[in-house]
Amino acid sequence: MSELTLKTITELREGFRAGDFSAREIAEAFNAAVAAARSLNAFTVETPDLALAAADVADRDRTTDALKPLSGIPLGIKDLFATEGVDSTSGSNILKGFKPTYDSTVSGNLKKAGAGMLGKLNMDEFAMGSSNETSAYGPVISPWKRNDGGNAALTPGGSSGGSAAAVAAGLAPGVTGTDTGGSIRQPAAFTGISGIKPTYGRCSRWGIVAFASSLDQAGPMARTVRDCAIMLEAMASFDPKDATSLNLPVPQWEAGLSSDLRGKKVGIPKEYRIDGVPAEINAIWDQGIEWLKDAGAEVVEISLPHTKYALPTYYIIAPAEASSNLARYDGVRYGLRELGTRSLDDMYAATRAAGFGAEVKRRIMIGTYVLSAGFYDAYFTKAQKVRTLIKRDFTEAFKQCDLILTPTAPSAAFGLQEKMSDPLAMYLNDVFAVPASLAGLPAMSVPGGLDGQGLPLGIHLIGRELDEQGVLNAGLAIEERAGFNHRPARWW
Amino acid sequence: MSDYRIKGSTGDWEVVVGLEVHAQVVSNAKLFSGAATAFGAEPNSQVSLVDAAMPGMLPVPNRECIRQAVRTGMALDAVINRWSRFDRKNYFYADLPQGYQISQLYHPLVGPGEVEILLDEKDENSTKQIGIERIHVEQDAGKLMHDQHPTMSYVDLNRSGVALMEIVSRPDMSSPAEAGAYLRKLRAILRYVGSCDGNMEEGSMRADVNVSVRKIGGELGTRTETKNVNSVRFVMAVIEHEARRQVDLIEEGGVVAQETRLYDPDKNVTRTLRSKEDAHDYRYFPDPDLLPLELDEAFLEECRASLPELPDAKRKRFEGLGISAYNASVLTAEVETARWFDGLLSSGAEPKQASNWTVAELFGALNRTGKSIDECPISPDEAAELLKLVADGTISGTIAKQVFEIMLETGDAPSKIVEERGLKQTSDTGAIDAEIDKILAANADKVAEYQSGKQQLFGFFVGQTMKAMAGKANPGVVNERLRAKLG
Repeated sequence: MSELTLKTITELREGFRAGDFSAREIAEAFNAAVAAARSLNAFTVETPDLALAAADVADRDRTTDALKPLSGIPLGIKDLFATEGVDSTSGSNILKGFKPTYDSTVSGNLKKAGAGMLGKLNMDEFAMGSSNETSAYGPVISPWKRNDGGNAALTPGGSSGGSAAAVAAGLAPGVTGTDTGGSIRQPAAFTGISGIKPTYGRCSRWGIVAFASSLDQAGPMARTVRDCAIMLEAMASFDPKDATSLNLPVPQWEAGLSSDLRGKKVGIPKEYRIDGVPAEINAIWDQGIEWLKDAGAEVVEISLPHTKYALPTYYIIAPAEASSNLARYDGVRYGLRELGTRSLDDMYAATRAAGFGAEVKRRIMIGTYVLSAGFYDAYFTKAQKVRTLIKRDFTEAFKQCDLILTPTAPSAAFGLQEKMSDPLAMYLNDVFAVPASLAGLPAMSVPGGLDGQGLPLGIHLIGRELDEQGVLNAGLAIEERAGFNHRPARWW
Repeated sequence: MSDYRIKGSTGDWEVVVGLEVHAQVVSNAKLFSGAATAFGAEPNSQVSLVDAAMPGMLPVPNRECIRQAVRTGMALDAVINRWSRFDRKNYFYADLPQGYQISQLYHPLVGPGEVEILLDEKDENSTKQIGIERIHVEQDAGKLMHDQHPTMSYVDLNRSGVALMEIVSRPDMSSPAEAGAYLRKLRAILRYVGSCDGNMEEGSMRADVNVSVRKIGGELGTRTETKNVNSVRFVMAVIEHEARRQVDLIEEGGVVAQETRLYDPDKNVTRTLRSKEDAHDYRYFPDPDLLPLELDEAFLEECRASLPELPDAKRKRFEGLGISAYNASVLTAEVETARWFDGLLSSGAEPKQASNWTVAELFGALNRTGKSIDECPISPDEAAELLKLVADGTISGTIAKQVFEIMLETGDAPSKIVEERGLKQTSDTGAIDAEIDKILAANADKVAEYQSGKQQLFGFFVGQTMKAMAGKANPGVVNERLRAKLG
């Protein structure tokens, strides 16, 4: 593989601007890497021509000093971002062949910032899953292998599994992800890369296929914290087309990066010491604490008493919203249509039976159930109340600290098929990630180290609302100290 | 109380009526998208990505639609909720692209208010208050077209996402006439406010009619809901028919089912659409794509300041000008009429005379020619000029009718007509005396009868004189000269 695909966004930007290599060379290198890695199943669509076209514009602009923030950088885009003229299917059969006439605000922002597109990235169907195994395109295979001499195929995590695998395998220097209950952070942790979910409302949801509207948030995944900051600056914007978009200027996160944490307090939630979590997870957590202390932070114990209700709350609210958000896939206007035998109802049933996979159907049924007459108050209303309590936990905790440090996931990457038969075990993957989602807070995973099997483990940082900078800075402090430069050995 | 009764074999029954009126909001754009809302456009020519529920599309509330609903609430004296929220009403249908309608179940924009109706429009004391329970805003659905293809239905999404106000009354009406009066009044208010054009034929206003019957003053019965009735006349027919049907059913030992019904205007019957058992579970929940709607004082103040004079206030003002209760009621019933008449008043016409002339002459002529007030060929200024010619004695009332007819035909100004056709009234005593002398001479017998006491013959002499003067003599002068000459 070309040297170029080993570089970070920051390095590519510098080398391209300095004239060390052209944007076209960058695009060609990544296009070749993508084409050579089909066995990972990370991409649902490859768009080498789009990457080259953007690169040619960048090369031209370089001669006229008209460079944009991401000129010369090719990126991968998760399949649930609408991309004009390019299949955007959210990993689902029901949207097979759907080519939007529009770009999502986020992917449009990246385009305007000069970035090229390498292709669309595989994902769990409608972002519902934690292993990328629910995709209609089949699972993404992690580039990582256990060091036990076996050849077990591992999950890259989910739902942004294609995104995570692409960065980890050097198929893209950076990618977009979305995070509803951990879908950026858990795959980032599983594949040894960084990923941040910003405050709810920082990135417009317009043009992103909705899973759970009150939780969905786009964010970047890349090799380094600085790369995440660069990408997030380009992705975020106030968007009048999204009523939940934050009408605030986008901070200059890259310029604000500093790993000096003196004067910062880091909270360690005692409720996150969960039984049954492997010792290596707790060990990397403790290591993270030491690194932050080393960076000058003071560590305090905090309490998030409603943590144990976060997962059940999430699995009421997210499916409830999803059951309604997915009603539009009915075979009438776009996507798959199965006519059924006679009536309109038959058409709905046949289309949705054929178009949705098992996990999506499960969540639509859960969501429909918790919103039903007679169950609404017991489930949905109660879940909304608990969500408020969980938010309050964070508000209280942030009176005592500036940041919260936890593990990202309760385990390293697991093998494909290991958890597919047990949805609850699968859901448990997001136990550390979900509370920040419910509270709409910025949160990030950065690589901490490898476990005994040679697999990456992530460290999770949660910040105050709008304090992406604090999260990125603490992530940088860990990154500098962890010196994580492991890459999966190429087997694909 | 209404004395409307349904005669049954077991005695008299009364009817209890509540209306849910869906009024299309006047706005250039839809409730949550920028697409246009004009009626009668080519199918699917006014559809945005949001209206078609394309993947990833999001609703953004249109300020003007909210403003119109708030102004409507204010016009109905209703509570305006500073904090309201949109909910999703979930169901599948081909005319509903999102698979849910964005509506307001739990926290509507407008709370309780009321509408005053007149049970007898000639009697301003015959008022009744009809309670408004709430007004919420919601999206309209698209339209299915079943006549385009032998085996398939087509969908037109032009209406999809258009803003509706659902105005829910209390069950305060107890006769078809009261429901009719309520609907007409509500329609008038909406049209005054400009928040709905009230055009029931084009579907911009339609009503769900809730009807139950009970023995006089007894327990409320089970109600049925007849959906989407699109004229005042049909609403009244539905109530009449539905009340009769329910009474007959109960008296035959049956039970009224709580159900949704449809009205067939051709056969003038209602029939079951779906029963309670088949009712949808709409799974309402707060729309997570939208933040709660919070209204600030400045917005409310602007809404309040933008309200026009409303029908009741206008009616009372007209009455205060000496206009009869009946005329005031007729002149304020429709906003266009009221505006036209206000124009007449501001052109300086004397109110009482102007109101009588408008109601009798102008409306008569419009009725005859099948024209609406908007198509009236005579401007308020020209009408004021005509009335002024009568008031200052330039022409007589009789001549005025002629001039009016000519105005309708030619569109000419009244003074021009009077001038060109020599219709000016004369007070020239020489000319009048000359005609009177001829008439008295030719009717010597009648003069003798009159002078021997048959006073009622005076009118005969007036008529003959006016006829001889071709209607142009000043009647006051004719009277005076006749009395002088007859002694």
